[in-house]
Amino acid sequence: MAELTGKYLVGVYDDDDTVLHAVPRLRKAGVKIKEVYSPFPIHGLDEALGHPRTRIGIAAFMFGVTGCCVALTLMIWTMGIDWPMIIGGKDHISLPNYIPITFELTVLFTAFGMVITFFISNGLSPAAHNHKRFDVRSTDNKFVMAIDMGRNSLSEEEISRALRDSGAEEVNIKQF
Amino acid sequence: MASAHSIPSIEERFEFTSGAKRNLIIGGAVGVALIALGAYLAANGGGHEAAHGAEHAASAIATPTPENASKVRAVAEASHHVKGLGARIWANLWVNAVYFTGISVIGMFFISYNYLAQAGWSAVFKRVPEALPAFLPVTGIIMLITFLVGGHDLFHWTDSSLYEVGGAHYDPIIAGKQGYLNTPFFVGRLIFYFVMWYGMWRVIRKYSLQEDEIGGTEFYDKSIRLGTAFLVVFGVTSSTSAWDFVMSIDTHWFSTMFGWYTLASWHVAGLAVITLTVVMLRERGYLRAVNSSHLRDLGKFVFAFSIFWTYVWFAQFLLIYYANMPEETIYFIERFRGFDGFYKAPFFITLVLNFFLPFLMLMTRDAKFTHSILKVACWCVIIGHYMDFYTNVMPGSMGSGGGFGPLEWGFFVVFLCAFGYSIASQLEKANLIPRHHPMLEESLHHDIA
Repeated sequence: MAELTGKYLVGVYDDDDTVLHAVPRLRKAGVKIKEVYSPFPIHGLDEALGHPRTRIGIAAFMFGVTGCCVALTLMIWTMGIDWPMIIGGKDHISLPNYIPITFELTVLFTAFGMVITFFISNGLSPAAHNHKRFDVRSTDNKFVMAIDMGRNSLSEEEISRALRDSGAEEVNIKQF
Repeated sequence: MASAHSIPSIEERFEFTSGAKRNLIIGGAVGVALIALGAYLAANGGGHEAAHGAEHAASAIATPTPENASKVRAVAEASHHVKGLGARIWANLWVNAVYFTGISVIGMFFISYNYLAQAGWSAVFKRVPEALPAFLPVTGIIMLITFLVGGHDLFHWTDSSLYEVGGAHYDPIIAGKQGYLNTPFFVGRLIFYFVMWYGMWRVIRKYSLQEDEIGGTEFYDKSIRLGTAFLVVFGVTSSTSAWDFVMSIDTHWFSTMFGWYTLASWHVAGLAVITLTVVMLRERGYLRAVNSSHLRDLGKFVFAFSIFWTYVWFAQFLLIYYANMPEETIYFIERFRGFDGFYKAPFFITLVLNFFLPFLMLMTRDAKFTHSILKVACWCVIIGHYMDFYTNVMPGSMGSGGGFGPLEWGFFVVFLCAFGYSIASQLEKANLIPRHHPMLEESLHHDIA
């Protein structure tokens, strides 16, 4: 996502159903689609675009395991080894007492880890400015399809016609 | 979205083949053989550590000082005499009947909350949960007979000498519960539960079959109202039946989490049975209209409610562990190290089967629609929750006379085969897909990507 350079053809659609049907049609015609931008998630669009499946689940599991280990290490070290304390007449290291906090930190690390990973991998950190946008209306009421001309062998006219045939109401050229 | 999947035919009849019937009957016969073997072994070898139990009881009687009176009473309650084979058979009938009652009624629970939520996705396999409650009369009659004939072996509170003020066995705590725990009221409640659960299911089933013939939304609307009424009834009776069927066995002990706990156990076991039945039907060529999204949602259900059961289990345990009050901790002490540690293994195996295995197996996305993984996870949950009820019922009812051998597995296998037979006979009675269900179209296109 990070570096968008070169020339793009941008198809603007008015309806989510139209864009969803346009994707397989264009791909069949040999057009390589970079991405489709939508104001809301569209069921089945990922599959239609042929995007590889997200690996955020694997990241989530890693973050969860990290959180679990951090929680147990923290409690066992502080409560059991560094400064042993008797609380409620239990052992210094009593695992049942630790489970709620272990659970909480596992969830916390997983949730924050996933959000941060998502932001970083999509270039959405708070420090990131001057986002390159194909069409700002994709955050409002339009569905925007970007086609990287540098990666397509078909000519500009052919792709432009294919976009219009598939239901695009506008076809614009965007140069970064 | 307009789905890319091609929708298979919705006209399909399940055929309960003679081969399947034969397999279930052979399974039942194996179960009976196991029971016979277990009974033979038990009659010749006694319960586990019979001598130890007697010694336990003797030491409790030998030291009845006021200081350890409550401890003595707890020990005496648990093992005032070592129970024999008869009690063990009643206890096994009770464990299985309670467990399969729960799974059966969860079928009604599942369709009820799906109606209340006006859920669309579950319509296509609705016949499967709908088939479960047909088993209720069987378990109901077994429970009634077990209570009336063998109840004295299982329920300490049925001993009338506990209520004689000034008598040698007078127990003020149990006497204080007499308003609720007495035989006529108990039997009345037991009959009430089964009449309500089974009766409401009969009506909702009738609507469902009529809808299949006539169509329209009239039966759907009626089912929503009836399902909602059932949820109100079940909201109360799930808790009270849990107290009656399971918690009252440990008469002194109580837990305010227990209704939830038992409901969670029944629910996840019921979901596992529903999922397993759907998978098995698919493997036999039925329910082709059930796609990977339905299976994933069912897998999520089993996954989520395994965690929910663990959460309730742990919430109950942690409070008791932390507060450390003898009248509460006795429950876990009996299971951890009471009766020579006999119930420790089933107690921990329960946690492994009901939490760790399904949690790790069903965690990834693809596992939730992979038939083989779903089957293994569902069997873990089904066996695990049987053992959950075993560890809930046995220490309090059988104490040191309990066992876990061919007798126990035999009863479980017999009930399982009978339950399977009941489900299959119900599935045969109607079109496998409710063809006029108003949500069917939505369900057929169910896609969670």
